Amino acid sequence: MKWLTLFLSGLLFSLGLGVSGMTQPEKVIGFLDVTGNWDPSLMFVMGGALAINMILYRITKKRTCPLYSEQFTSPRLRKINIRLISGAAIFGAGWGMSGYCPGPALVALPSGIVSTLIFVIAMIAGMLLYRLVLGKNEDNEAEPVENRP
Amino acid sequence: MENFTPYTSTFGGIMIGLAIAGLYYFNGRILGVSNIIYELLKKGSSEHTLWRLVFIFGVLCGGFILLALKPDSIGTSPMSIGGLALAGFLVGFGASLGRGCTSGHGICGLSRLSPRSITATFTFMGTGMLTVYLIRHVAVL
Repeated sequence: MKWLTLFLSGLLFSLGLGVSGMTQPEKVIGFLDVTGNWDPSLMFVMGGALAINMILYRITKKRTCPLYSEQFTSPRLRKINIRLISGAAIFGAGWGMSGYCPGPALVALPSGIVSTLIFVIAMIAGMLLYRLVLGKNEDNEAEPVENRP
Repeated sequence: MENFTPYTSTFGGIMIGLAIAGLYYFNGRILGVSNIIYELLKKGSSEHTLWRLVFIFGVLCGGFILLALKPDSIGTSPMSIGGLALAGFLVGFGASLGRGCTSGHGICGLSRLSPRSITATFTFMGTGMLTVYLIRHVAVL
């Protein structure tokens, strides 16, 4: 059951991205193009996702542990630092250039579009470079874990 | 605004939110795609690797289903191949440095009102809009 829920969550996420329009780079760019022919649809994607997740998050928080795991994971970092801001800024530039972010790029991979494959390979290369240059001391950090009372 | 699709976008958003909430409820995991891929580049326990692979397998299967049932939902990017290679690199590097992307910061983090995620989301939306402005209206690339 555990593996089925992991698979289904990936499947539902992917179908949701497709239905919402996130897997059409032109639509994503249309959302970011605020001074042009602006398409606000992506605000509705975020609104729908945030609303349902906020409600269900409150229900989940009442549990001491997940159904098929011993603990909830949670990000360790709390501070807003230059890495966060510069990383997000760089990410946004690539997102605006291509109209792809990591999730939709994975969803589009099975289409066999060569440009998507190149995007994903370059994305993994970017992650590897980060890991080689700046990410080394991360391995000493433990897996993020949050134990709730 | 002729491409505006509020109903299907909201419905798709609800599906995304359900997937995120489900992954957290059943497995206690945060659905951040860039982090899921990034962690696969590390050597970890079989559990560490396997849950991520199963999740990504689900995402790829979703891609196949979309292709079969709704092929026009998968679009191509207007950017050139060289531009896409650069964009992919920036997305991968930036998401690793900023520890999150549209899903991790933009939805998971925002829905728990994390100050880091709120900052990241405003930052990448801002630079994304600026980049599109420069490309579409100033034509730098």
